Amino acid sequence: MMVSGARLLLEALKAEGVEVVFGFPGGVVIPVFDALYGERELRLILARHEQGAVHAADGYARSTGKVGVCLVTSGPGATNTVTGLATANFDSVPLVVLTGQVSRNMIGNDAFQEADIVGISRSVTKHNYLVTDRRELGRVLREAFYIARSGRPGPVLVDMPKDVLTELSAEPLPTGVSIRGYSPVTKGDPGEILKAAAALAKAKKPLFYVGGGLNISGAAEAFHRVMEKVNVPTIASLMGISVLPSEHPRFLGMLGMHGTYAANMAVQNCDLLFAIGTRFDDRATGDLSKFAPHATVVHVDIDPASISRNVAVAIPIVGDARSVLEDLLPHLAAPDHPEWIRETDEWKRTHPPTEIVGNGRLSPTAVIHAISSAFPEAIVTTEVGQNQMWTALYYTFRSPRTFLTSGGLGTMGYGFPAAIGAQVGNPGRRVIDIAGDGSIQMNIQELATAVTERLPVIVAILNNGYLGMVRQWQEVFYTRHYSGVCLERTADCPPDCASPDNQCPPYVPDFVKLAQAYGAAGIRIAKPAEIAPALEEARRITDRPIFLDFQIEREANVWPMVPAGAGIHEMMNA
Amino acid sequence: MKHVLSMLVENRQGVLARISGLLSGRGYNVESITAGVTTDPTVSRLTLSCTGDDAVVEQIKKQLNRLIDVIKVTELSSVPSMNRELMLIKVNAQGAQRGEIFQVADVFKAQVMDVGHDTMAVELTGSPDKIEDFLALLKPYGIVEIARSGIVAMERSKKMPDPAAGAQPAPGTAAQPAPAEPGPDAPQH
Repeated sequence: MMVSGARLLLEALKAEGVEVVFGFPGGVVIPVFDALYGERELRLILARHEQGAVHAADGYARSTGKVGVCLVTSGPGATNTVTGLATANFDSVPLVVLTGQVSRNMIGNDAFQEADIVGISRSVTKHNYLVTDRRELGRVLREAFYIARSGRPGPVLVDMPKDVLTELSAEPLPTGVSIRGYSPVTKGDPGEILKAAAALAKAKKPLFYVGGGLNISGAAEAFHRVMEKVNVPTIASLMGISVLPSEHPRFLGMLGMHGTYAANMAVQNCDLLFAIGTRFDDRATGDLSKFAPHATVVHVDIDPASISRNVAVAIPIVGDARSVLEDLLPHLAAPDHPEWIRETDEWKRTHPPTEIVGNGRLSPTAVIHAISSAFPEAIVTTEVGQNQMWTALYYTFRSPRTFLTSGGLGTMGYGFPAAIGAQVGNPGRRVIDIAGDGSIQMNIQELATAVTERLPVIVAILNNGYLGMVRQWQEVFYTRHYSGVCLERTADCPPDCASPDNQCPPYVPDFVKLAQAYGAAGIRIAKPAEIAPALEEARRITDRPIFLDFQIEREANVWPMVPAGAGIHEMMNA
Repeated sequence: MKHVLSMLVENRQGVLARISGLLSGRGYNVESITAGVTTDPTVSRLTLSCTGDDAVVEQIKKQLNRLIDVIKVTELSSVPSMNRELMLIKVNAQGAQRGEIFQVADVFKAQVMDVGHDTMAVELTGSPDKIEDFLALLKPYGIVEIARSGIVAMERSKKMPDPAAGAQPAPGTAAQPAPAEPGPDAPQH
C-alpha cells in the first residue's frame, strides 16, 4: 500500500512503542501534523518554545526510561532544539528529535526557514540523519530509535525534507536493525569481573562511586543487593544521586566541587575506588593530579571512551552496569572493614552539610527539607546553580530516577519543561521543579503548556533576586563585584552596587501574579510559618501547576566549595 | 609521536564532515586525512595521520570507534606498514637548472610532468621520508607551489605462514588466498 512519509513516520513511532510526542508545528511539518489530526494513539503535547519541547521529551525519558520524542519544524524550529540536544547528549538521554526540512530541491539554496541542522547538531547528537530518499525513511527511523536507546544512550536527530514527508511509497517499515559500525558491548569481561571482586575483598578502605549510568541502566536494585552483601561506603556523582536512598547508612553524599566533606575525604583516603557508570568529570574530580592519591581504580562503564580517559584505571570493565553488577554479585565476599566504616561515619557525623539560618528571609535549606518531607514520593527536577546544588546536598531522595538535573551541560531553564515531561510520563506522581528566580524565567512560557494539559507541576522558586551561583563566585573570588547578577536591579541603580538592602527596587516579575495570569496557582512565602501551609495548598491542587515564590536569604551560599585548581580535600567553608 | 590510523567507514554523505568535526572539536592535532572508496562501494577507507602521545591517540581511536559510521579503526603505527604519499611540486627553473632538477628527479624516480619558461613541475610518490628529502633538495631553487595528498597506508603482508593455521603448504604451491577487501571484521566498539 502506498503511504506518505508522514504516515510512515506515525506508523514507525507506534511500532517503537511511542505514546507521547512533544512538539511545535511549522510550514514544512504540516504534513505530519495533518496525519496527527484526530489521532488517538499518540498524544501530542504542544510546547510554547521548541527548547521547551526537547527538555520535556528529556524529562519524560529520564523519568520513565523510554525514548523521548520531539517533533519540530525547519530553520528556527530546528535551531531552537540545539540546547536541548546538547543537554541530552551530555547526560546520555535517549531522544529522537524529528525536524522538518525544506524540500530536497531547495536544500543548499538558502531557502526560507532552511537550516543545516545536521551540520549544526553533529557535535551535540549521538548520531543524526538527513533523509534524502523516501524509501530510506523507515530504515532511518528504526535505526534512530535503536541508536538512541542502546549502548550509552543519546539524542538522535532525523531531518526530513517536506517532499519526503509527502511522497508516496510502498516500501515497508523494516522489522529489524543492522548497523555494522555499531554493536555496543553490554556483558562485562568475566576475567575482569573476577579481578574486581578480588580487589574489593582485599581492600581495607573500599569506596563505591556511583554515577548516572546506574540510573540509566536500571541497576539500582542490583546495586542495593551488592550493598547488602558488602556494606561498602558509597559516594555519588551529581547524576548518581538517588541510586542509593539518601539516608542509607553507608551513603556519604555527593563528591566534588560542592560535594560533602565525608564524600571528598573518603575519595582522598580510600585504597580502592570502585566506579560504576560515571565519567570522572571535572566538577567531580577537582584537580586530577590530586585526585584519589591512594586508590586503585576499578571502572565499570558502557562507553569504552570514558575508561582511562581522565583517571588511570587498573581494572577496566566495559559493560552495562546492571549486567556487570549481577555477574559480580556471586563473587562478593562478606565485609571486613569496620575501621573504615567508623572513619567514614565519623566524617559524616562531624561535618554534615551546614544548615543555613534565615535572617529576615527564609533559609533555602529549610525550604528544601520541608519540600522533601511533604512529598516523599516526588520526582524532583532542578534548574542550574545554587538551587541545583542545594537540592543535591539537602534533599532526601528515596528511590532511583527521581532526580532529574542538567549535570553535564548545566542548562538553566531545563527544570520546568523537564518537570512537565516527567509529569506526562508519570501521571500518578507529584513532580517538583526546584528553581532559581533567574532559571525559571528562561522557559517560563511553558506555563501555558502545563496549564492547558492540566499538569500539576509544583515549581518551588528559591527567590534570592540574584543569579545566585555567579554572585557567590563574585563574592568569594572577585571581591563582591556583583556584576550582571542582580535581578532586582533597574536602570536607576548605581553601577557598582555590592550589597542588597531594603532600598532595592521591587522584584520583576511578580511570580504569583504571573502564574495567575496563566491560570496557574501562585503563592508567595516570606516567613517560616508560611512554608508548611503553602506546601499543603500545593498538595491539594491536582489540575494545574503551582508556583511557590519562596523569598530566601539573598546572599546565602553553597558550602563546602572546592576552588579551581584545588584537590577535592581542599574545601572552603563559610 | 606520529601515528597513522586506517579506518573503514560507511561511504555516505557527511561522514568525512563528521570525522573532521570530531577531531577539530576536541582539538586533536591532525596532519592529513585521505579517503577513497574500497572494492565495496558502500565502504570507504580513510587514512588519518596525527601527532600526539599514546594516551591522546588512544582517546582519538576510542572517539572514532564510537561514531556510528565508523566500522573499524586500525592503528598502523603499531604494526609493520607501508606509508605512501603523492606530491606535485612546482619549482623555479631556468636554463641549466632544468637539467639539474631532471637529475635529482631521476635519482628519486620522480616524474617531470611539465616544463615552462621559468618553472617546472615534478610528481613524486613515496614514503613520507623520501618526500621530505626530495623537498629539501628542491628548496634551494625556490618552491613555487606544492600539492601533497596526505598519507595512504596499509599493513605489510605477513612473511611467515600463520603457525595456528595447521599444515603448511608445500613450498611452491599456492597458499590459501587472503580474505578479499574490505570484509570488515567483527565491528569494533
